[in-house]
Amino acid sequence: MTLPTATESKDVILEVCNLSKYYPVNQSFFSGKKALLHAVDNVSFQVNRGEVLGLVGESGCGKTTTGRLIVRLATPTSGRILIENTDVADIKGQGMMEFRQKVQMIFQDPYESLDPRMTIFDIVAEPLNVNGIGTFEEREAQVEEMLNLVGLAPPSAFLFRFPHELSGGQRQRVAIARALVVRPSFVVADEPTSMLDVSIRTGIMKLMAQLREDLGISYLYITHDLAVARYLCDRIAVMYLGQIVELGDSEDIVKKPVHPYTKALISAVPVPDPAIERPIPNIKGGVSKPIDPKPRCRFYDRCPESESSCAEAKNPELRDIGGGHLVACHLL
Amino acid sequence: MNELVPTHETGSASLAEPLWKIRWKLIRRGIAQNWEIFKESRIGMLGIILIIAFGIFGAMWPIMINTVWDPMVYDPVVGFDPMTMHPSPPSATHLFGTDPIGRDILAQLMYSTGREFLLGVLSAVITVVIGTAVGTAAAYYGGFIDTFFMRIADIILLFPFIPLLVVIGSMVRLSFLPFAVIMGVLGGFGGITIILKAQALSVSVRPYIDAARIAGGSDFHIIVSHIIPNVLPLSFLYMMFSVTSAILSEATLSFFGVLNIDMSWGMMIHTADVAGYLFDFAKYWWLWAPAGLAITLFCAAFYMVGRGLDEVVNPRLRKR
Repeated sequence: MTLPTATESKDVILEVCNLSKYYPVNQSFFSGKKALLHAVDNVSFQVNRGEVLGLVGESGCGKTTTGRLIVRLATPTSGRILIENTDVADIKGQGMMEFRQKVQMIFQDPYESLDPRMTIFDIVAEPLNVNGIGTFEEREAQVEEMLNLVGLAPPSAFLFRFPHELSGGQRQRVAIARALVVRPSFVVADEPTSMLDVSIRTGIMKLMAQLREDLGISYLYITHDLAVARYLCDRIAVMYLGQIVELGDSEDIVKKPVHPYTKALISAVPVPDPAIERPIPNIKGGVSKPIDPKPRCRFYDRCPESESSCAEAKNPELRDIGGGHLVACHLL
Repeated sequence: MNELVPTHETGSASLAEPLWKIRWKLIRRGIAQNWEIFKESRIGMLGIILIIAFGIFGAMWPIMINTVWDPMVYDPVVGFDPMTMHPSPPSATHLFGTDPIGRDILAQLMYSTGREFLLGVLSAVITVVIGTAVGTAAAYYGGFIDTFFMRIADIILLFPFIPLLVVIGSMVRLSFLPFAVIMGVLGGFGGITIILKAQALSVSVRPYIDAARIAGGSDFHIIVSHIIPNVLPLSFLYMMFSVTSAILSEATLSFFGVLNIDMSWGMMIHTADVAGYLFDFAKYWWLWAPAGLAITLFCAAFYMVGRGLDEVVNPRLRKR
């Protein structure tokens, strides 16, 4: 597969090459035949410094697995992940500590991602403690600064509370403060707003956009919400059954979707106007299982535009159709 | 709540109080909150009252023997009252009567109380420390460690250890401390490991464990500062039940006379038994009833405290 080459002038912070993660599944108790679930299948993309790349797709398409692979919570079956030109798989010992400070993750569920037995101070200071950064006074100053930055002011009112005493939005702010306290250059945000109320969601999104401006962080923003992705992200990658089917500038993807799946996804976004009659998405059936998929286009079974040639053709690769807009479809 | 919040202005990097003071206040507040929940459980409070009563009873022993009672007569092991026939029923001089070789039952009961406390608590602490460590390690590392310790737990759980200890005891005559340690170790590798492992397993897949790993925490850090603190309430609960099982085992083995213990509640019944007085147990009730009742109430007390703690640890059991 030819890699989509980034323009050389840009500083690439994350490069993912042909990344795959297969999980073995037992299809039947008696047959003993091992099948492979292709959670992430041959995914390649890049994130430039200071950029926000949105990873969009429906449940079970492998977005979260991709994020977990990048932060090394899981080991890839094959493929490479380069962060600032160092292969993540090769990192050991002292390098691991630097990696953990460079790359952080914000989790989906703020109710579960904070240890219920720790105070806010301990939670936010934990990355500093385990990495042995600074003296106690410096850590404390950093924690207070970070809490101020994420909008938990005054910090003294929050330092010695427990997570269960905070609201969902406040908890997610704590989780963000904890991720950013080591000043990472790259953050994987795994649906940080999906568990929150709509009213709080905007606040968190604004905060993340603001922090990106202030601290110069690059994000991989994983979400199933195209509106969120459009608001926050410079570029959007659309995933379907473990593969990227379309990748391009946010506005391009939202306004001029090319891949049939992206089109269906965009037509499904609700419009806050009852007068507008929305087109019914014309895709067929449900999501097929990513267990030992056939070597043809993953979207073939549901594609409204599929032609007979698609059935025989191999899985389409991402092709540039101009302006850095990549699409994986035979019909272009 | 509000007195915990330092009163300084935003952004200054100094806490109003030293950190340990704040932490101490947080711990005290946590204990106070849990005590409020515990208080609502009647059975738990009854257990606490019983334990305190036993505590006072046991603490009276050194006072009584040093002030009121003549050690020659009232010593629980070598005392003898030459003034009456033995065993004598309860009287003014011997409130609970005397045993077949002329020793005061009440003195024996009091003397044993402190030692039962020591035995129960020591073996329960050993049980819980081993159980927590092994259970957590098995849950976190899985694989061989998990299989190995779980099979040991299965064996201990299924093997009839009381009969085995009777056999071993008749050969080596375990004394007090070694017996407490053996009970603790057996308990620690036994059923409690499975329970604590299950809890540790459910803790170790929570997102905050992933979060700690991403923060850069080592396995040791994750186990010690995240998994164990979240398993500890359950450990503490099972500590109460372990006390009960240790005391019961001691009483059983003492009754069979296979322990090298000079005096205990089980020993008291054993003494009555070997002298043949249990054949007419209704007539010589004071030989076995006080000790039997003490064992029952003591074990029940810890069990009831455990039930009360259960409501603190498992919010689903609470009435409100």
